[in-house]
Amino acid sequence: MVELTANSPLDLWLPISLGHCDISEIIPQGITSISPFKANKNNNYTELNAVLPHKYPNANRATGKDGNRLIWMSHDTAFLIGPAPEKITAKHAAIVDQSDGWVIVRVAGDDSEKVLARLTPIDVRAHHFKRGYTARSMINHLNVSITRVGANAFDLMVMRSFARTLVEDLTEAMKTVAAR
Amino acid sequence: MRVDGYGRIDRGVTVPFSFDGKRYCGHPGDTLASALIANDVKLIGRSFKYHRPRGILTAGSEEPNALVTIGQGGAQTPNMRATMQEIYTGLEARSQNAWPSLDRDLLSVNDLFQRFLSAGFYYKTFMWPRAFWERVYEPIIRRSAGLGALSGVPDLAKYDKAYGHCDVLIIGAGPAGLMAALTAARAGADVILVDENAEMGGRFLFENQVLDGAPAMDWVADVLEELVTMGNVRLMTRTTVTGVYDQGTYGAVERVSGHLDRPDIDAPFETFWRISARHGILAAGAIERPIAFPMNDRPNIMMASAVRSYLHNFGVVAGQRVAVFGNNDDAHRTAQDLVSAGVEVAAMIDSRSDISTDAADYPVYRGAQVIDTNGRKGIEQISVQTQSGVKQINVDCLAMSGGWNPNVHLSCHLGGKPIWNDMLNAFVPDPKNAAGLQVAGAAAGIFGTKGAMKSGIYRAKLVLDALGMKAPSMPLPITGDEALEATPLWEVKAKGRAWVDFANDITTKDIDLAVREGFGSVEHMKRYTTQGMAPDQGKNSNINAMAVLSDAMGQSISATGTTTFRPPFAPVGLSTLGAGGVGQGFAPHRYMTSHDQTVEMAAPMVETGLWHRPLYFPIEGETKWRESCDREVRMVREAVGICDVSSLGKIDIQGKDASQFIDFIYINRMSSLKVGRVRYGLMLREDGFVMDDGTCARLAAQQFLITTTTSAASQVMQHLEFVAQVLKPEWDVHISSVTDHWAQFAVAGPKARDLINQIVNTQINNDKIPFMGCGKIKIGSVEGRVFRISFSGEHAYEIAVPARFGASLFEQLLHHAKPMGGGAYGLEALNVLRIEKGFLTHAEINGRVTADDLGMGKIAKQDIDYIGKNAAMRPGLTRTERMQMVGLKPAGACKMLTGGAHLFEVDDDASRVNDLGHVTSVGFSPTFGTNLAIALLNNGFARIGEQVKMVDHLRKVTTICEVCDPVFYDPEGRRIRG
Repeated sequence: MVELTANSPLDLWLPISLGHCDISEIIPQGITSISPFKANKNNNYTELNAVLPHKYPNANRATGKDGNRLIWMSHDTAFLIGPAPEKITAKHAAIVDQSDGWVIVRVAGDDSEKVLARLTPIDVRAHHFKRGYTARSMINHLNVSITRVGANAFDLMVMRSFARTLVEDLTEAMKTVAAR
Repeated sequence: MRVDGYGRIDRGVTVPFSFDGKRYCGHPGDTLASALIANDVKLIGRSFKYHRPRGILTAGSEEPNALVTIGQGGAQTPNMRATMQEIYTGLEARSQNAWPSLDRDLLSVNDLFQRFLSAGFYYKTFMWPRAFWERVYEPIIRRSAGLGALSGVPDLAKYDKAYGHCDVLIIGAGPAGLMAALTAARAGADVILVDENAEMGGRFLFENQVLDGAPAMDWVADVLEELVTMGNVRLMTRTTVTGVYDQGTYGAVERVSGHLDRPDIDAPFETFWRISARHGILAAGAIERPIAFPMNDRPNIMMASAVRSYLHNFGVVAGQRVAVFGNNDDAHRTAQDLVSAGVEVAAMIDSRSDISTDAADYPVYRGAQVIDTNGRKGIEQISVQTQSGVKQINVDCLAMSGGWNPNVHLSCHLGGKPIWNDMLNAFVPDPKNAAGLQVAGAAAGIFGTKGAMKSGIYRAKLVLDALGMKAPSMPLPITGDEALEATPLWEVKAKGRAWVDFANDITTKDIDLAVREGFGSVEHMKRYTTQGMAPDQGKNSNINAMAVLSDAMGQSISATGTTTFRPPFAPVGLSTLGAGGVGQGFAPHRYMTSHDQTVEMAAPMVETGLWHRPLYFPIEGETKWRESCDREVRMVREAVGICDVSSLGKIDIQGKDASQFIDFIYINRMSSLKVGRVRYGLMLREDGFVMDDGTCARLAAQQFLITTTTSAASQVMQHLEFVAQVLKPEWDVHISSVTDHWAQFAVAGPKARDLINQIVNTQINNDKIPFMGCGKIKIGSVEGRVFRISFSGEHAYEIAVPARFGASLFEQLLHHAKPMGGGAYGLEALNVLRIEKGFLTHAEINGRVTADDLGMGKIAKQDIDYIGKNAAMRPGLTRTERMQMVGLKPAGACKMLTGGAHLFEVDDDASRVNDLGHVTSVGFSPTFGTNLAIALLNNGFARIGEQVKMVDHLRKVTTICEVCDPVFYDPEGRRIRG
């Protein structure tokens, strides 16, 4: 029998440390896109929240923590980063497996805000973009999800095929920041 | 010449640099301009049009004359202002716009022909003969135009861009800006304070002012120390705010490493900042304006404030015997400061006659004007019209001051116009329309130090109020508040050319000429004379030009008005604007999971909609792409081929209204599709033309998976979101792109099923997965999907697995295909296969074709509405003479078919009026041993069997073709159903 092996586009690319910034790939147990249907929206997500590990997030917010986090992604859609919830069904929401559709790169370190300030128009400074805040924005040309996950740490998510461009952009910015 | 005891440079350290190949020394803190003045270099460049010798005029970013080229080869940067360029060990600067040398510039002959080179000369002079326009005149004009040159090789320097955010952006760190920053920062606001100089302090750097009984720079140092330690302030030196844009967005250029002799290899030369600020305070100061007197452009005629700046900041003076010419009290400060420094002031020429001169310890000429100057490559003598006659005075430097122009530019970038102030004789920002900026200090026309500082506090308090923050109590340092007494003097009316715009060589005569020739509106005068259009953007010349124009028009300056202020405030390099766009940064790259193996197999890659896709997979012995392509086509037709098709868009659509949603977006019916079945579909745009084609698979009762072409994937996704959110918000449906989640491979050819059955756990057959069927498969422990669809006309499948397994699946497929005579194929073979079968791509879906044009009209639903239905029924879209998709094959002696070639009747002349259509796709078919093409031909369906003439005017090919059905291969579809 044939057995397929798994890999990541960033296997040989990460981690990278430059100056006071580190980037590494976070490989979650799964990524599940959850888009609540109208009935659930109308009852304030009560039924949905009952089967989710954390509250369904408001726009621009993330709930939960490492290993099990719900991140708002777009109009009526949040991603559950972690194991797919067992009890959730198509009655609650449109459920789409995105485990392999997106890659997560963690940007951490004292200079992480400065590195991101070279690539995204979002104000990611701590007093404006607190832990649990998330945004859909750009990293250079890339469509990205940015979530603050710690005092000096951010998780960036891009579609899988863009992963290497994301790392190239981040590395360039890390070099420039370190060179100052 | 250096002056002992003056300057803030470090004289203990020597910095060697070169100018035009000659070596000089300066000190840390020197600009190129100050270091050249210290070395008694007067001649720095040649003027734009007349190639007249020019020296340093100013001490700031407004410098029009002293533009130099820094560096060599790829590191060469032209048009750098010597007044802003700091020196470093090994700095190489060169003069510009002179040939063969700065000292002996042959084009200075232009100056002798100045009569013929007046305003608008190029509109009148080079008219005849017409044949000379391109071949003679243009090369000559191009050769003589411009200042610094590009190196011709790629720029080696790095550039980057960055985003800044703050509550308050303060532009300018002089007396007003520093006070504003301190006020805002003490209140707790997020502050960004920017200044274009290497050090903060503004005018304090350049004057000998006293605050609280101590040198003003002591106070500046204290303020900066406080700001640095507060934590809520970002101080940015060497940063010029270049533009104000909507909603509090500002562009700024930071000079990061151009002042360092050995910058870090990764340090950018410049950084382009986009600063988003809730409020902005403009404290950019003012620029001293020159006076237009005859022959006022010689080297060592400088602005009076620049002479003071060079003395106080750098400890240099440009001459040993200086005259000062002005219309205001500030000019006297220059004379006074020079005398204090021990420099001889030969004359203080004041155009006002009602001033007191008792205290002066230098000769003062009241009510006098400079009416001429002499000296070939530097001023040697001035002629002064005094009340008692003309007096010649020998000088080696002349300082001039015509008053001050507030730096209103940024306040006008959003369309506001400044207001003329008769008291100040200057334009000041319109507080009601100042691009959302609060304007403080000299930029607002408040020239006194105390007033400027007070206005900084006041403007900061207004901003804090708007932010809902409490303003702190701000004590004001004790200082003078000298008002600027001035009587306007724009132009000295005397014989000789008087320059208004030094940078573009515009004199008062040019402006008079513009008026005489009917270009009296300020916007017309500007364009006719080119005044204000040089790199300095008219900073030195605009107001004087308007005054001269007003005089010629017999109207007030206020009535004349200003031209339009536009970004950038100071020149910005294109490489800075395009920072990050070089090499890999130009566009993102999308890689399929098979990418690394594909590259290893030496397949040349092509970019399609950002995706990197292989063209073909060469094997040993193949030297031409056609050999590989033909082999791959035969491989698919005879055995089995594998092609990564992951780049095609895959969109998951779910919800109880999913099926009516799908019906609404496709022209054909999808709601009747059974679970486990796939259907080909066509989508229209709202205007009735075809947007995209693809397949639609029903995965569950309320779940569909549709595919799009690679390049239209995001367009389709946007379209679907628009339909769901805007057109049908009442429907319960959700759309997700799953393109990246699945790695998908086409397995095509008579042995396709055999190959798949070698790797899946449970065998598939025609019953389980019939043609246009889909289902689940399992490969080991990995769950995947299989779709029985074909883009080649062969028995074919697409199998999909989660992307993490994509590389592994590709490897397994290749491994198992090899013994079967199969292998990988690329886009070239894919294209030939689909042309043989008459399948379309975006070469045919060119945005101007309808479903009928493609022969697909028959699949459209008649009973229910879908997007584009009504628009597609417009008369122009339904007439039969439209261009329709047909096949072409060679029918004459010439067998060549070329893409993009046009079609004509066999006997018609191959000219535009006879055009019948064009070839959209072409390929050599190894299956049929001939070239085959798909074309869009007028009334094509009715012409099948007839002949047309294909003419490629570019490649010079003419071929007689037979029009045929586009499906050349297996028209009955036996193989595909296999």
